[in-house]
Amino acid sequence: MSETTYTQLLQLSAGLLLLCAVLIVWRRSLGAHIRLLAVQGWALAGLVAVLGLHEHSAELLWVSVLVATLKGVVLPAVLARATASDRTRAREETPLINTTAALLAVSFLTMLAYLVSRPVLALGSTAAVAAVPVGMAMALFGFLVLSTRRHAVSQLIGFLLLDNGIATVAFLTAGGVPLVVELGVSLDVLLVVLILRVLTSRIRTEYGDADLDDMTELRD
Amino acid sequence: MNGSVGVNVSAATFATSQVLVLVVLSPLLIGLMRTVRARLEGRVGGGVLQPWRDLRKLLLKEPLQAQGRSWWAMAGPVLLVSSSLALCALTPLLGTVTFPSLPDDLFVVVSILLLGSVALALVGLDAGTAFGGMGSSRHMMISALVEPTVLLSVYALSIPVGSSVLSRIVEARLDDPASVLSPVSLLALLALTIAVVAETGRLPVDNPATHLELTMVHEAMVLESSGRDLAWLEVGSWLRLGVLLGLVSTLLVPWGVATDLTAAGMLVAVLALVAKLAVAATALATVEVALAKVRLFRVPELMAGSFVLAFLAVTASYLVVQG
Repeated sequence: MSETTYTQLLQLSAGLLLLCAVLIVWRRSLGAHIRLLAVQGWALAGLVAVLGLHEHSAELLWVSVLVATLKGVVLPAVLARATASDRTRAREETPLINTTAALLAVSFLTMLAYLVSRPVLALGSTAAVAAVPVGMAMALFGFLVLSTRRHAVSQLIGFLLLDNGIATVAFLTAGGVPLVVELGVSLDVLLVVLILRVLTSRIRTEYGDADLDDMTELRD
Repeated sequence: MNGSVGVNVSAATFATSQVLVLVVLSPLLIGLMRTVRARLEGRVGGGVLQPWRDLRKLLLKEPLQAQGRSWWAMAGPVLLVSSSLALCALTPLLGTVTFPSLPDDLFVVVSILLLGSVALALVGLDAGTAFGGMGSSRHMMISALVEPTVLLSVYALSIPVGSSVLSRIVEARLDDPASVLSPVSLLALLALTIAVVAETGRLPVDNPATHLELTMVHEAMVLESSGRDLAWLEVGSWLRLGVLLGLVSTLLVPWGVATDLTAAGMLVAVLALVAKLAVAATALATVEVALAKVRLFRVPELMAGSFVLAFLAVTASYLVVQG
């Protein structure tokens, strides 16, 4: 793979990751969130595959297959099942800040991501390093979604966005982690999502709703 | 000296032919969009030529004016049409040769666009009816939200080229077709498309098919105009749609645009423009069938989204420059 193709493919997948992250903040329906998260998972897998092809590392290619199955297929399917049983509340109705404000916050967070990743950018001028702010921005968007959404599944989506951001930064700076570590991290994320999914459905059967802001007092 | 005269002549040729082609095509474009929409909804539709027939009918009628209308009722439509014609002449739809003294700079194009919007809004206010006032205020709100996005997204496209002249941007894209698929250009074009849809009053921002609805924007402004005045207002808006759609599709698919004046090049450019506009109009009409108009207070949300996309395009273009 020539150097220019590598740069372009890397930028394309980084751009797709960022676009999906912005659209997750933009849209309000949970179904759209889950589909966007799946697309983002595939984009992340593509990013890892591009890095693997560039560095001729078979391990990275295996990691990309792992990322694609976990973040592109399994996690979205788990989330989709979590929302499928609850057709009435398939939208995030009352986020703490409205969408316009959230989108403006997104542009500020992107600037912030560029500012905080300046020390990293100073380390090298390769295409992979130049794309690090994208990962930082995704992690910050994840925090934004986590802190402003009220629906339990929305918060789970924010957590996964944060995780995708961290994974992007890791792949771009370290050129990937050993397969065993990646496997462990992936299992961790899968386990967290499964537990939270069970917890969400328990909350819903208990209270008839998954709005976490309603749960401010203890009952017996 | 001789060279600059040559440039001026070919720039004038391109500008005139762009104006002629767009004046002929824009009503057909509207007709095509209405026909596609009608067919997809299971109706027969008025045919592609219907806007031209409407136009001829309106042009033959004398304009009736409400009591107390000022001279602006006649001047406004003319100003809108002239601003749209100036846009047709300036944007590099057929050729990238520009007048050395009047380049098709981004800021010039956006200010001419805004001039037309203001003329239309004043026409809406002029009769002093409640509907016209509501339409004008909504139109100005949408314009105020759209302009930053247009400026920012074309600015993002101009960073790699180092010039805010639209012709230079199109030339750079002709030289390096791979740059069309870079994330910067995709994000900027997506933002620009949303801005163009809002600016030309298509769904989901305004419903172009409605004629009596409390939420209409464009139709509310032209409600008090009739006859010739209405014809000019409609032509002006159709030309704007044609130019802006042409600009987006030229930026997305720059092939066919001539870089110097030859008969064959001009023919290819005209055919390419017709094809691009037809595809863009069909795509827009097809998407519109599946969309409903959003509430007016959700429009800022849409515009904020497109603004963020344009902003990301700008940041991403610095990412490319550094990398």
